[in-house]
Amino acid sequence: MDELLKLLSSNSKFTTEELSMILDEPKDYLDKQIAEYESQGLIKGYQAIVDWDKVEDSGVLAMIEIKVTPEKDKGFDDIAAKIMSFDEVESLYLMAGDYDFAAYVTGKTMQDVAMFVSRRLSTIESVLSTSTHFLLKKYKESGIDFYEDDSEEDKRSLVL
Amino acid sequence: MIDYEKVLSSKVKEIKPSGIRRFFDIANEMEHVISLSIGEPDFKTPWHVREEGIRTLEKGKTWYSPNRGFAALREEICRYFNRRFGVEYDPNTETLVTVGGSEAIDICIRCLINPGDEVLIPQPSFVCYEPLAEMADGVPVLIETKAENSFRLTAEELESYITPKSKLLILPYPNNPTGAVMRRSDLEAIAEVVKKHNLMVLSDEIYGELTYGNESHVTFSSIEGMRGRTVVISGFSKSYAMTGWRLGYALGPAPILDQMTKLHQFAIMSAPTTAQYAAIEALKNGDSDIENMKKQYDMRRRLVVGSFQKMGLDCFEPHGAFYCFPCIKSTGMTSEEFCMGLINAKHVAVVPGNAFGQCGEGYIRVSYSYSLNHLGEALNRIEEYLNEIKK
Repeated sequence: MDELLKLLSSNSKFTTEELSMILDEPKDYLDKQIAEYESQGLIKGYQAIVDWDKVEDSGVLAMIEIKVTPEKDKGFDDIAAKIMSFDEVESLYLMAGDYDFAAYVTGKTMQDVAMFVSRRLSTIESVLSTSTHFLLKKYKESGIDFYEDDSEEDKRSLVL
Repeated sequence: MIDYEKVLSSKVKEIKPSGIRRFFDIANEMEHVISLSIGEPDFKTPWHVREEGIRTLEKGKTWYSPNRGFAALREEICRYFNRRFGVEYDPNTETLVTVGGSEAIDICIRCLINPGDEVLIPQPSFVCYEPLAEMADGVPVLIETKAENSFRLTAEELESYITPKSKLLILPYPNNPTGAVMRRSDLEAIAEVVKKHNLMVLSDEIYGELTYGNESHVTFSSIEGMRGRTVVISGFSKSYAMTGWRLGYALGPAPILDQMTKLHQFAIMSAPTTAQYAAIEALKNGDSDIENMKKQYDMRRRLVVGSFQKMGLDCFEPHGAFYCFPCIKSTGMTSEEFCMGLINAKHVAVVPGNAFGQCGEGYIRVSYSYSLNHLGEALNRIEEYLNEIKK
């Protein structure tokens, strides 16, 4: 994988000056390369990874398995377009396996999510069935360890 | 009441404690310190290596190993060393598995030194050679290496310290704390002096795998005529991130290794069994782990060196280990003043250069065995500190 992309996906706050030192490439070249990645859509955006559990009233997250009947000539894409149009749907993936779509849905309460699923998702014509799984605890996301607060702590002893 | 001052050996009492202890005590007590002072990999031992340790523990393989170390491990060490550095050793007569490289250094010096023999020690360097030479009744002769020579030992410098009592040369390269490496031509020049004055050599190559750039590490024993004069010491701590497993080895002429094995047998019995099994796995399947870690260190190295240069501190480019050794003389402070000031003002810990010999005064040792994010934060704070003390 491209080292520049790897570094940016681990920390998008690296300056091009720092990246230039780390990768031993001229700063201008990296500026150009990043602009190119952005315009090509390889880099879709820069977001903070928030530990929402630590934020008050941050709501709940659920993973919904969705089974559908693919529409004639259009396959799954049109159904996906309908599902992803809801603001409640944070991410959506087409899956291989027992079900077709995995949708990550956020809501204020479990009740909220349940209502959304039963009233909005299940009622889409091609949707055959849904199965809702609420997330209880986050251990790792985007390569970052959420498990223990001191997981980042350096446990090495000071020896020379 | 026992008067312990009278009980203790006068030789051991004369040995100066490491000056760095006091500084580390302060760093340990302070909260939220960002450290750039640790001299071991931040990586964990590769999983397949840990797994092999676990597997053998589960199988109950918990007995002593043969004194020299398991034959399978010695064979793998010799195969590895030949594959990576191009020198063949006999696993049965020329190889000893030790408790870290440190034990090998100790027993090698004790096996080569008669009372009054001079041990030539280039500095700045790791802190153990001088006291171990003293404990062996040797006389440490400290050779200052210089920034203008990229902290390499030159043949002229070595020659100027030779006396009829010169016996053993320590070659600590790649170097802790400077990150200096010796290239083939440098080693060839040293070899001439070694031959001329009939010296023996302890080549501490524990950081050998961590050599950056196009030229790879050259072992001193590969230089013509040096195999019979050299004990190469290395281990698993730095190359495979296995510090806590405590496993090293010595490679050298059979008559020396025989004596070292004798001391090792009486003092240690055998190196840790679990660690030895894990090390076999590391040597068999760990070449790519070394490459991966080395690539990470190299990125960090460039960030750290580039940042110090940007801050206006003289910092020669280190090509080995995971340290850089910037010069702080331009601040007008001593190494200790600088380090105390930095830890108090910005909670960043680096090691005063004089901890590695008086000639390290005016320098600081910065370890880049940390994540890029950690390094970035620490470097920003150092830059702030430099700007504040300039005012």
